[in-house]
Amino acid sequence: MMANILVKNRDIVVPGEELAKGMDYLPGFGTYRINDEIRASRMGIVNVDSRAIKIIPLSGGYLPKKNDVVIGKVIDVTFSGWRLDINSAYTAMLMMKDGSSEYIARGADLTHYYQLGNYLVCKITNVTTQKLVDLTMKGPGLKKLRDGRIIKVNPFKVPRIIGKQGSMVTLIKQATNCGIVVGQNGLIWLQGNPEDEVLAVKTIKKIEEEAHCQGLTESIKKFLDKETGNKKESEGKGE
Amino acid sequence: MKMGYDKRSDNRKFDETRPIEAKAGVIPNAQGSAFFKIGNTAAYAAVYGPRDLYPKFLQDPGQGLLRCHYNMMPFAGMGDRVRPGSNRRSKEISMVTEKAIIPVVDLSQCPNAVVDVFIELPQTDAGSRCAGICAASIALADAGVPMRDMVSAVAVGRVDDKILVDLEYKEEAYDEGPVADIPVAMIPSTGEITLLQMDGEISKEQLMQAFELAKAACKKINEKQRNALKEKYVRKGDDNEQ
Repeated sequence: MMANILVKNRDIVVPGEELAKGMDYLPGFGTYRINDEIRASRMGIVNVDSRAIKIIPLSGGYLPKKNDVVIGKVIDVTFSGWRLDINSAYTAMLMMKDGSSEYIARGADLTHYYQLGNYLVCKITNVTTQKLVDLTMKGPGLKKLRDGRIIKVNPFKVPRIIGKQGSMVTLIKQATNCGIVVGQNGLIWLQGNPEDEVLAVKTIKKIEEEAHCQGLTESIKKFLDKETGNKKESEGKGE
Repeated sequence: MKMGYDKRSDNRKFDETRPIEAKAGVIPNAQGSAFFKIGNTAAYAAVYGPRDLYPKFLQDPGQGLLRCHYNMMPFAGMGDRVRPGSNRRSKEISMVTEKAIIPVVDLSQCPNAVVDVFIELPQTDAGSRCAGICAASIALADAGVPMRDMVSAVAVGRVDDKILVDLEYKEEAYDEGPVADIPVAMIPSTGEITLLQMDGEISKEQLMQAFELAKAACKKINEKQRNALKEKYVRKGDDNEQ
């Protein structure tokens, strides 16, 4: 006999809420066991996967994780590398040897590669328990960002913005003709025609707001069709 | 001569709180925020962080720090204008608020960082620290801070011969008999008490009675806090359907 589960899949729960009774379920991320109950320790959406209950958070700051691709801003240049702000409580270090695929000699002028204020797409190679973060620039797609604009979104909504196998971000790229890079830390870089950029930003904000709703891809598709359709019409009138 | 305290000014029952209104996500720039109103006492709470903590000597490499700031606005009081800025009273309340909330939050995942909670009271009519704690709990949950429960708080006490819940200013200032004002904060899931203060005098039996009232009232308040958070997302879901 299965024990009582007190919530449905995809329910929104709040901290302290009882999720299940009895020992038949296992507490996953965002939950904890107290006596024979499983309770929520975060606000979010319940995900019941056979016997494991976890919570997908709806809000919160970015906590660095190994192998995440993030967008960071150079805030300091030191002897041995660059310090980056990665939109988290902790700054990250990009060491000289990981700074570029080309060889950087010791004592070289590091600002020659990345200046203060530059935005970089980089990958987290290591995070310690004390949240010291190491980055690398060696890898496919990792680069310095030029032009375009950077926007910030809730890092927990990033998976929805990317979509399954990048379906959502591809959809936006195609509809708006923008170059888009989404960092796991909630920073997004966009580049395209000014009007297109505005539309892409609007779409991303819409996804962020409705991230917890079902059938999101469909409604975004509709939204983009409408917006791009309108634009073509008004261009037609202009001619 | 009048005998005892037999009727509350707003015709409430002795074990009834004032009307409660709670809302999550009211300050867009904050990581998480909440509004909590009980009768004429209103509190806003805004949460920022986890973020860098300076000065550096305050940093704790073992776990993150929770900092609460309680502030009454100049026009918020029942009597004279409150002098703006921090004072001895607000410092003490900031401290007890912090200690009331710290048992539920888990900041082990953010060493050396801080979570700041700012509590602003635009209008008060007694019970402001309790309203502040309730608002802060909702705001912390809204900010996505890991926490095992939301703290609920309410003032109980005695006015003359009666034990009552959620005292208003007039009752605190009752001068025809003894009064006790006891703010209580509770973790509803376990019944642990995280804040207990008292101003006045009360017997042991009366105190135990008052606790029972506090327990029931906190359960009710916790329900409101939970609904406030859920409503935030239901609201947005509705927009989507239109």
